[in-house]
Amino acid sequence: MRNKAYPFYFVIGALALYLLFYVVPAVMGFFYSFTDWNSYSADVHWVGLANLKLIFGSGQSYMRYISNTVIFTVATIVLKTVIAMGLALLLTKGLNRLANFHRVVMYLPAVLPMLVVSLVFKSILNPATGVLNTLLRGSGLGFLAQRWLVDIHWAMPSVIGVDTWRGVGYIMVILIAGIQTIPVEYYEAASIDGAGAFSSFWRITLPLLMPVLAVTTVLNLLYGLKVFDVVFVLTNGGPGRATDTVYTVIFDEFSKGRYGVATALSTILFLIMIVLGYFVIRLMHRDEVA
Amino acid sequence: MLKLKTVRGAIFNVMAAAVSLTMFAPVYLVIVNSLKDKGRASSMGIDLPLVLHWENFVTVVEKGKLLQAFFNSLLYACAATAIGTTLAALAAYVLSRNRTRLNRSIYFLIIMGIAMPTNFVTLTKVMQLTHLINTQVGIIVLYAASQIPFSVFLSYAFVETLPRELDEAAIIDGCGPFKLFFYVVYPLMTPVLVTAAVLNILGIWNEFLLPLYYLNRSAYWPMTLAVYNFFGQFQADWSLVSADVVLTILPVVVIYLLAQRFILAGMTAGAVKG
Repeated sequence: MRNKAYPFYFVIGALALYLLFYVVPAVMGFFYSFTDWNSYSADVHWVGLANLKLIFGSGQSYMRYISNTVIFTVATIVLKTVIAMGLALLLTKGLNRLANFHRVVMYLPAVLPMLVVSLVFKSILNPATGVLNTLLRGSGLGFLAQRWLVDIHWAMPSVIGVDTWRGVGYIMVILIAGIQTIPVEYYEAASIDGAGAFSSFWRITLPLLMPVLAVTTVLNLLYGLKVFDVVFVLTNGGPGRATDTVYTVIFDEFSKGRYGVATALSTILFLIMIVLGYFVIRLMHRDEVA
Repeated sequence: MLKLKTVRGAIFNVMAAAVSLTMFAPVYLVIVNSLKDKGRASSMGIDLPLVLHWENFVTVVEKGKLLQAFFNSLLYACAATAIGTTLAALAAYVLSRNRTRLNRSIYFLIIMGIAMPTNFVTLTKVMQLTHLINTQVGIIVLYAASQIPFSVFLSYAFVETLPRELDEAAIIDGCGPFKLFFYVVYPLMTPVLVTAAVLNILGIWNEFLLPLYYLNRSAYWPMTLAVYNFFGQFQADWSLVSADVVLTILPVVVIYLLAQRFILAGMTAGAVKG
């Protein structure tokens, strides 16, 4: 009866699309990573580990792009988590009436197109005419004004800042939902026992939010490793190549027709993320997957 | 004691207001500057426009070929979401109801896609082999495929909550698998499908990497890519860029305000278990 009522061909459409456009390219990636596939010749030759040597070898800047990606990822995870936690607590414990309004506004950046957000920030962060520097100078804080996206030391922090601005509301919303599942009785009992706001947070909220924090961290991690839009629009990897990340370099290599190297980079990223993905799925199905 | 509480409440309110202001500032900036003339908008200042230049919107629609881009985005978002969520619902329903060893493996394989990065380079090869590169059908199919992992994940969990007795009753009444799904199960899945659809539509509206790789004809570009290209041409004219940006984010903001409940439900699914 089961096979009749729940026919396998219902699965085929989704499975076929997924296999053809996700799994097949990923598997092909393993093969093409070891070739000199490029746009200049129709022949594809086996070159063994040449692409990997190029990427991991000394004298090349690929490791720098990978480390840029890691720096971006770690910084955005920490900033988004800490700020989002502060905001989530503010909206759940600090405010009563306007909490919902603020939540709607704070989440807004997360639904806006990253491309558009980045364009606007390109203007805001303009060293000479941008709103940020104008406001800083106007309020006597001119010494804080920087050449944000143009300065080699400030470009990455600026990109991280914009991305945090955009993504923090999303993490906050998840944390709020998590905080709301904690029974009020715990806090009441703690307060009867004399616990203050700080120890309530430290002893009740934080431990009970750990599973949620694990998920948000992994979500931020998956996002950070794949970052493209914000870097592409704000700096396009510059100044020099100070803000290039794995995905912007893959696009760059692709544009130059160096498909082999681009595929090898993609495949390295794939391997890392598939391992992370396994943990995400375990987290999301924590009552099912043993 | 009471005073202390009031002061603390005031501080919290001020803090929240400051953060909300920061979050809204860029949207405010594009709105006010989209209505200024070229000279006054050049620094994207926070001042209000003296004269409202509504004609900026007319100019960008004409110069930026926005109408075409708007309908392209609409087509990609709606067509891909219709295909993607329906196929995902069909698959999730069978995978969730009939949990054989094979079906469980297929389910986990599919939701691995949530984490899996796209290999754009080899995907080009697939697009060439299937003759889908630089076609609108191709981009729709790609977007549909890209939604499948997350939509299957959402729908699978939802199907679990639907009582099996319904299926059994329908079968006894003589429903075949198609009737059972489309008349009984599919309507009951509306909440989760709306959530998936809203998230997918927003995602497609905001995305531009796939068209950047796989659509070389500007006539096929979606809003995002058209805006980016427009920015390249009119960088000096922030009033026009702002007007362009306002038109791009307007549908997103409207959908967000109308469908908040569904967006929040989808975004927090899986992350929080009550």
